[in-house]
Amino acid sequence: MKVLTPRHTASVLGLLALGVLGSVAVGLAAGPSALSARELLAVLLAPESQGSAADIVLRVRLPRVVLSLLVGASLSVAGVLFQALLRNPLADPFVLGVSGGAALGGIAVLSLGSSVGLSHAAVPPAAFAGAVATILLLRLVSGARGRASATSLLLTGVVFNAFASAGIVFLASFAGLTEGAGVFLWLIGSLSNVRADIAGWVAVFLFAGLACALPLARSLNLLALGEEPAQQLGVDVVRVQRVLLVAASLMVGAAVSVAGLVGFVGLIIPHLLRLLIGPDHRLLVPASALAGAAFLLLCDTAARTLLGGRELPVGALTSLAGGPVFLWLLRRHQQRIFAP
Amino acid sequence: MSAGQAVLAFQGVSAAAGSREILRGVTLTLHAGEVLTLAGPNGAGKTTLFRVASRVLRPSGGSVSLLGRPLEAYSRRELARVLAVVPQDATIAFPFRVAEVVLMGRSPHLGTLGFETRADLERASDAMRRAGIESLADRCVLELSGGERQLVLLARALAQDPRVLLLDEPTAHLDLRHRVRVAALVRELVREGRSALVVSHDLGLAARSGDRIALLRGGELHQVGTPREVLTPANMRAIFDVETEILVATDGALQVVPKLS
Repeated sequence: MKVLTPRHTASVLGLLALGVLGSVAVGLAAGPSALSARELLAVLLAPESQGSAADIVLRVRLPRVVLSLLVGASLSVAGVLFQALLRNPLADPFVLGVSGGAALGGIAVLSLGSSVGLSHAAVPPAAFAGAVATILLLRLVSGARGRASATSLLLTGVVFNAFASAGIVFLASFAGLTEGAGVFLWLIGSLSNVRADIAGWVAVFLFAGLACALPLARSLNLLALGEEPAQQLGVDVVRVQRVLLVAASLMVGAAVSVAGLVGFVGLIIPHLLRLLIGPDHRLLVPASALAGAAFLLLCDTAARTLLGGRELPVGALTSLAGGPVFLWLLRRHQQRIFAP
Repeated sequence: MSAGQAVLAFQGVSAAAGSREILRGVTLTLHAGEVLTLAGPNGAGKTTLFRVASRVLRPSGGSVSLLGRPLEAYSRRELARVLAVVPQDATIAFPFRVAEVVLMGRSPHLGTLGFETRADLERASDAMRRAGIESLADRCVLELSGGERQLVLLARALAQDPRVLLLDEPTAHLDLRHRVRVAALVRELVREGRSALVVSHDLGLAARSGDRIALLRGGELHQVGTPREVLTPANMRAIFDVETEILVATDGALQVVPKLS
């Protein structure tokens, strides 16, 4: 019988790690001034060297590559966690409106924070708080035990996203932040505004979230059977739900505070991986982190280079890819998840 | 534990769902090496009794003890190593394979991060063999029929290697051949020293494969005893509001035949 073994887990994660390294090489080399593999290697082997190639790779592209990896991993793992906790294959931080709530929290600090002495570094915690508030709202709508129908959850997400977008525009207008592309980039999702001061936060949020999620991966498998069967197999369901909702909110808060509303990563990657490696969360959670990281980095690299000198927001690309995937999943799962 | 000793004991158990009282002062004991069938009309509280025994629902009154210890004294994982529940049916959210679902039964025996050992895999294979689903091992559970899924849930409970099995209508979705097979398997498990509490609407099968039958009505225990003591026209009238004829098969087992009025 085919079951997950430590050896299989290690080989899949090893392959995905190689994929991440490959995407990092592409992300560092590609751009308006493309570098050959030899030039890239020369810079990486002598990072203290001076010159335009070293400047481009280490000071312009590397921070953005690192942030793309962190954001992609965060959104992808958050998607896996929401899907497992809500037992709904369509749950994704963007679709559920949790990213919207996080963005609203972040923009509240950007627009009003200076008047109460908050710096830009307060954006990630505020985005985390926005994500948690949205989850509480979702749970309120879906009833005390979280047994909402798929329809009501998704409709709540649609409505909350519209509300959050309006709130973002309202707050930004109030604070005079609407000049330039800033608010537009928050709404569509972009990695063009790399801020080193919050990269540390993003990394801490991602790794804290992963540290919570990985030890509970087997409990997530049992939750696929339903809450009562999971309890009857020894899972403390309430504790697992609380810990993992906080973990998912941390990751969404981290991702949104640096990249705005990048959509559908948490839907595309987990589904692709379930088709390729199966649904066992002991492998799916770490594999989603690696594959999500590589996916968003490649999307961002494409966004930087597709139009020559001009840049596309990366969220436009992920939504272009994610919209059809969502519709395909909706059709595929319609009978099962919309059954009364 | 010797045969006849109390394994699972409900003492004056009451339970409610919201403000509605579902169980009222039920006192019932499952003994070692026994198949005890719970029967009664829909809504009589049979499944609720299972939820109380597996500590999914806290009783509003009375107490439950398992192997001589109060149920609350067990940790969740400890309880899952001793007592397994086979639900009527389950919707499984993701495309797990049958072998993966059966292996989930080993979960209470594993460490936090652990993968299953060779012994766990053997235990799961054995459970699938006994439930007659070895050939389904690599099939996706989402593609199974209701009956096949029921056998997967039974195999998962066997993989838990419990002392006590709670089976909620384990034959409801099964054809005749599989009904007989499951009833025989439950008897075999009991001979190995386990005990089984079985909810069933199939009184004929209960009379043939169960040691005792407990009749529940409106959340209260009406009567408990051997099939011969319990399966009477008067009891069937009191519990189900149906006129019946009790026939005796050639092997001596009772058959309940409803009369159409």
